Amino acid sequence: MLKAPKPLKIRVEDMNLYYDSFQALINVNLDVLTNEITAFIGPSGCGKSTLLKSLNRMNDLIESCRITGKITYDGEDIYGKMNVSELRKRVGMVFQKPNPFPMSVYDNIAYGPRTHGIKKKKVLDQIVEESLQNAAIWDELKDRLKKSALAISGGQQQRLCIARALAIKPEVILLDEPTSALDPISTTKIEDLLAELKDRYTIVIVTHNMGQAARISDKTAFFLHGEIVEFGRTMEIFSKPKDKKTEDYITGRFG
Amino acid sequence: MIGQIKMFSMKNVASVTLRSLVYVAMGLTAISLLGILSYILFNGVKAFKWSLIFGKFSSANPSMSFSIVTTCVMILLTLLIAVPISIFCAVYLTEYAKRKNIFVNWIRLATETLAGIPSIVFGLFGAIFFGTVMGFGYSILTGCLTVAIMLLPVIIRQTEEAVKSVPDMYREGSYGLGASKLRTVFRIVLPSAMPGILSAVILSMGRIIGETAALIFTLGTVAQLPGGLLDSSRTLAVHMYISTRDGGAAGREVAFLTGAVLIVVILCMNIGASYIGGKVGKDFEN
Repeated sequence: MLKAPKPLKIRVEDMNLYYDSFQALINVNLDVLTNEITAFIGPSGCGKSTLLKSLNRMNDLIESCRITGKITYDGEDIYGKMNVSELRKRVGMVFQKPNPFPMSVYDNIAYGPRTHGIKKKKVLDQIVEESLQNAAIWDELKDRLKKSALAISGGQQQRLCIARALAIKPEVILLDEPTSALDPISTTKIEDLLAELKDRYTIVIVTHNMGQAARISDKTAFFLHGEIVEFGRTMEIFSKPKDKKTEDYITGRFG
Repeated sequence: MIGQIKMFSMKNVASVTLRSLVYVAMGLTAISLLGILSYILFNGVKAFKWSLIFGKFSSANPSMSFSIVTTCVMILLTLLIAVPISIFCAVYLTEYAKRKNIFVNWIRLATETLAGIPSIVFGLFGAIFFGTVMGFGYSILTGCLTVAIMLLPVIIRQTEEAVKSVPDMYREGSYGLGASKLRTVFRIVLPSAMPGILSAVILSMGRIIGETAALIFTLGTVAQLPGGLLDSSRTLAVHMYISTRDGGAAGREVAFLTGAVLIVVILCMNIGASYIGGKVGKDFEN
């Protein structure tokens, strides 16, 4: 029995992206469905992180970056009238290297809500606890809320960053190789966490770890030289890839 | 085999030479610095009299009491003018200006050139522009404005470096949460750059204290406790200069004592600044 298809969250249509004259993404088309984990895989420099960053317009920070085509979020063009701050509030991001701000654990989590105008201490307290609990790190950090976020371990820092992203109550979470700087145990914790978060959020993750993509994602897109070679159900991509290049990559013949 | 041994011994000679050069350089630096310090302090202590430090100034008792006040006022006012302008300018240059902006290149060129100009040139400019054209005469105000201009390039450059060394991942993190550029700069970037900015401020205090040439033209050399912004006076360094020039043997003694006081003042200021710096850094990190 087929389940009813999940609603569309983000749609990328005929997108091309250039850094000056270098074309980093070529004619990309992709649908991200609500409450699914979509994984981007591919060798370094294939454009997967670039596409991820375009989804909440983090590429705006790069002067030489130019985009053609269309990205819609809930049907709305994100490069159109939509307010960037509003977009990033709905589409949170977790980066490759854990990047907690050099302030307390509490202030790290509260930074986002404060940015969006929440000032009341009671409300902030509640958001901080909720977010840390959602990121499954409350028990480890509840006694260290006033301590510097730089003093906790790398794995904890990354989960703190996930909690920080959750604190602004986003609908989508983008993760750019969130476990590449972490040890296997921390990696497992984050993978478990993502599987849990899937019910409430839409997740897009870039990963170099083939096993990770296979374990946690529903859909996988394989990128090569700025193009999507293959995009489909993770099960199918990993068990019977249609393209020879995909097969070569996932079996470790290059990359 | 022989060649190898020879090479090995050559290497040895070179490393011993380099190592001894390092020690010699270290020794020379330490000896000369400690020598100057102890010479001034020794002569200063020899000339020490309470009345010369805290007494009222007269030709019989060329006390520095007024000058201590003037120096403190000069430091505070000059920093008050120079620091905010410099920080905002540095923020503009590093965070807001586009990379190929011609205007920015001009500002950069100007600040770099200004940093290399001898202070007496600034003094002359200050005396004419603030003193004569604006009509402030020889005064605290003229002196502060002139020294503030001298400090701009220094503080701007150092703040720029401090701001640039804030990791981009902090900025990304902030933008990623939907924060605006302004919020990112003031809540994340500047606090992270604070230690670097503070060290620029401390360095600037040192320059205000040590400045003479520019101040003789602008602040003037009148030996009096300034009653207002438009009064002339002397900083400690200027007091030293005038005493040595006009005071004969007694004046030289006063100069040594003033020098000793200057050293103590600077020491206290550095300790204070690093205490504040440590506190600010801690507040941000905890």
